[in-house]
Amino acid sequence: MQIQAIRQPSRRRFIQGLMSIIALSALPFQLLARSTKAFQATKLETVKAELFGDLPIVDSSDISLDIPDIAENGAVVPVSVSTTIEGAEAIHVVIEQNPNPLSASFKLTEFSVADISMRVKMGKSSMVTAYIKTPTTIYKTSREVKVTIGGCGG
Amino acid sequence: MESRPVKMRGKVVDGVAEIKVLMKHPMETGTRRDDAGAVIPAEFIEQVTCEHNGNVVLTADWGTSVSKNPYFAFKVKSAKSGDTVKVGWTDNLGNASKGEIVLK
Repeated sequence: MQIQAIRQPSRRRFIQGLMSIIALSALPFQLLARSTKAFQATKLETVKAELFGDLPIVDSSDISLDIPDIAENGAVVPVSVSTTIEGAEAIHVVIEQNPNPLSASFKLTEFSVADISMRVKMGKSSMVTAYIKTPTTIYKTSREVKVTIGGCGG
Repeated sequence: MESRPVKMRGKVVDGVAEIKVLMKHPMETGTRRDDAGAVIPAEFIEQVTCEHNGNVVLTADWGTSVSKNPYFAFKVKSAKSGDTVKVGWTDNLGNASKGEIVLK
């Protein structure tokens, strides 16, 4: 009996400690870390679920997605995204037909302008979509890009 | 590892700094194979951090589909001549590099 009396609380404390460690380690991960799952996802639906959860996604004409209609070299496709949407928190660039559709996520602050440019690789012709995240809604605009030489050769 | 400088250019137009960045990085996807058929391991920039006078103004998470030797341009509000802008990256192997300019 004595042994049990000692053991019981210690096991409880052990479990409590374990729970708090799990809770603590999960917290900064959710706040800061990149969405590794979204970057490793191979399906567009998974990317959207990981990044946006249940937020509504609507088409918007207030996003400028500047990308060539025909990319002669899929290894280097210039992309520019800018928007005038108020409260934009993040810009996500998604290339639907790539092995991992999510290409890049940019997290904005009140000191940065929602206007970025970069270059991406495209394996084959694909829809390219820019998603703008606001606290309540996801706005998107898409362009189709034809690739004449694939980007997988690097 | 050979040096991988971050080259930067910046100009201020009406209080907004336009920063252009060129990074030296192979951006290997991890799906390519070498001539012997062995998989070339993934090596790509995962995170980019942009600072204006020491404050983080923009961060970027990248996947493997960002082009080799990435080019990246962004804009910073309330910038003026003499301000410092820093850009740093870390890749999936833990390598890192950064660049810094003083706006003219």
